[in-house]
Amino acid sequence: MGNRTALFQVHSDLGGKIVDFGGWDMPLNYGSQIEEHNAVRQKAGMFDVSHMTVIDVTGADARAYLRKLVTHDVAKLDGQPGKALYSGMLNEQGGVIDDLIIYHNSATDYRVVVNCATREKDLAWMNEQANGFDVTLTERPEFAMIAIQGPQAIELTKSVVCDDAVAAINELKPFVASEVGSWYIARTGYSGEDGLEIMLPGDQAADFWQRLHNAGVEPCGLAARDTLRLEAGMNLYGNDMTDDVSPLEANMAWTVTWEPEDRDFIGRAALTRQKADGVKNKLVGLVFEGRGVLRAGMRVEVEGSDSDGIITSGAFSPTLGTAIAFARVPRTVGDEVQVELRGKLAPARVIKPCFVRNGAKAF
Amino acid sequence: MSEVISGLKYIASHEWIRDEGDGTVTVGITDHAQEALGDIVFVELPEVGAELSAGDDAGVVESVKAASDIYSPVSGEVVAINDDLEDAPETANSSPYGDGWFFQIKLSDASELEALLDADAYQEVCDSE
Repeated sequence: MGNRTALFQVHSDLGGKIVDFGGWDMPLNYGSQIEEHNAVRQKAGMFDVSHMTVIDVTGADARAYLRKLVTHDVAKLDGQPGKALYSGMLNEQGGVIDDLIIYHNSATDYRVVVNCATREKDLAWMNEQANGFDVTLTERPEFAMIAIQGPQAIELTKSVVCDDAVAAINELKPFVASEVGSWYIARTGYSGEDGLEIMLPGDQAADFWQRLHNAGVEPCGLAARDTLRLEAGMNLYGNDMTDDVSPLEANMAWTVTWEPEDRDFIGRAALTRQKADGVKNKLVGLVFEGRGVLRAGMRVEVEGSDSDGIITSGAFSPTLGTAIAFARVPRTVGDEVQVELRGKLAPARVIKPCFVRNGAKAF
Repeated sequence: MSEVISGLKYIASHEWIRDEGDGTVTVGITDHAQEALGDIVFVELPEVGAELSAGDDAGVVESVKAASDIYSPVSGEVVAINDDLEDAPETANSSPYGDGWFFQIKLSDASELEALLDADAYQEVCDSE
């Protein structure tokens, strides 16, 4: 038996197919993952994301500590309570230890959400780097977290929460969070649709889930979460980047803040060397119109290049009705590559890694 | 709980076989198989006229999650395939023992049927997974 979230019994009662995910017993789907996917694109779906690790970073040096710890500069959040930032956390070699979201409450109070499968590694690293800073790291396992995503997600959520929460949600801009009593409501997500991620005390999670379900929000499992994030062009840690992959080769260059030059974030020296030497690979999107599904690990041939590329994430896109993938390929890649599917080479189109936004084709 | 139908034959790689009584058999994948695969998005079938031996690759079924080879449970000539699966592969999810059948084979050796699993034996295979 793995770790169980406050909603485990709810998933079981709904007939969820439970699988191990980073040590947690989580629902893969409750029936058809394609129907769950479509519910999010067309209406609203909800995900139990309580397995994710929430860490509060507080203290006089919280801001200075995070400016060193991660690639994206949290100074961008100054003066904007609740504002969130997506970032990579690198090792000294410039590899990605994890990707994370940082919510800014104040210059001395940030909330960080990291992946569950990397929890121990992340906490060990974050504690090690905290040496010399006046900062306290506090895990918040008492929180459950429910993501409600889709074009009707916000309206349907507002229909089942208290007036204070409705008022807060009405004011919420994208990528901003607001604290309402013991709830932490963020307009963030991992689906390419508008929506909310709500942290709340675990003992209130089952009741809130049931109210959302009654309002017409469809329960969705990890399988739909994966196809949604892939269509939306969002990376999955462990697939699209790892400890050995630079953010510059993982479509995460936009999360690296180079200015000011004297901000010495961990991994900066390594990334600077990579830029000087020339970054060899990049992460692209692939669209495959043939019969078959692109899968992680498949070999990709790039014309004019001696070295192969590789698919890092691949799936059938329910929205587009074709196979899509992310692939790490030599930078010289053109408009088309050859993918090795079950021993045969087949052409796939190369695009920027974003396939669907707000329910519609994005390329 | 996935359904195992008595009267059909099975093999451990989760194909079912129905003896049509006229020297041909119909083959599909079981309820257990479709449930394990999840949403099926492509089915690749053998060509009509192909000669298969028992255990040969006879096609591929791809779900959002995984690709899985289909094996021919018996030897013989493929005499029909279920073209409907090309446009509606999800039929293999919704009706694995009915409209979601895969192909028909004209048996070259009817005695091969005796070596196949019956429903009870196949249920044990599923239970042990």
